[in-house]
Amino acid sequence: MQGIVIVSHAYGIAEGLKSLLLEIVKDVPITTAGGLDEHTIGTNLPRVTQAIEENEASTLHVFYDLGSALMNVEMAAELTEKTLIIHKSALVEGAFIAAAMMMSKASAESITEELKRLNVK
Amino acid sequence: MDLTTAQAWLKRFFALIEEHKAYLSELDNPIGDGDHGHNMARGAKAAEEALQAQTPTSLEGLFKSVGMSLLSKVGGASGPLYGSVFLAFANEVKGQEVIENPQQLFAAGLDAIVRRGKASVGEKTMVDVWSPFVEKLAEGVSLEDVEAMVLATKPLKATKGRAAYVGARSIGHIDPGSYSSGLFFKAYLKELA
Repeated sequence: MQGIVIVSHAYGIAEGLKSLLLEIVKDVPITTAGGLDEHTIGTNLPRVTQAIEENEASTLHVFYDLGSALMNVEMAAELTEKTLIIHKSALVEGAFIAAAMMMSKASAESITEELKRLNVK
Repeated sequence: MDLTTAQAWLKRFFALIEEHKAYLSELDNPIGDGDHGHNMARGAKAAEEALQAQTPTSLEGLFKSVGMSLLSKVGGASGPLYGSVFLAFANEVKGQEVIENPQQLFAAGLDAIVRRGKASVGEKTMVDVWSPFVEKLAEGVSLEDVEAMVLATKPLKATKGRAAYVGARSIGHIDPGSYSSGLFFKAYLKELA
């Protein structure tokens, strides 16, 4: 099963993007690591790890916003047993297309291939 | 350096971070997002609290505890970078009562930064202080040397991290991560003296 993990420096961005995705998908597990907490900007390893482990899926498409989010995602990737695909696409557009493609049962490979067009990082 | 001295080193470092908190954020203002001092001070406070709550019984335990605190509390890029340093330190001193090879210890820290941040020398990052410090450690390094290494980041143009977006405007500012790394090394040298 494939899922989506959203990592943002801002709680509102992560939660907002999740609500947006939930408008188009129903059965895709989506978890978030937004901010250090609801009010503090930043990303950290424990929250990213939690979002990865809490997600029901074992293959996870990870979307992030800025540089240090990637450092924490990469650390978390070294610590988890799950398969992580870290996308360098624009956060909103990338996650939206991935969610839409998951609804039509696309493979992780074809999603990854499609998202390369949106790489901004 | 044994556990007690290493603890004193880190305590001294945390105090220096707290003392220079405003200056570190000021350095971060023109080239980053102005939060380096605040972020590091939050991490330092969390690390001190964790060490008070559970006194480490080994060098490995000390470095691991500090690494985890920084990873959880710092928030910016310095969280995973400094966090990785301390976890690499912990790995390096496994089973050691005293730090047997300081150069190897700091080299492991430098490797962790390079791996995590994918930066190399000359890009105006922490690497520009860590790399010469590790190099010079074998022959002996002074507080003045560290100061010179930190100041040497001033004329560099940032090509990594958020400072890269301001390009040429980064020239003429000390790199904040290099400054805090300088505090880390100074704390170490003072504790050895």
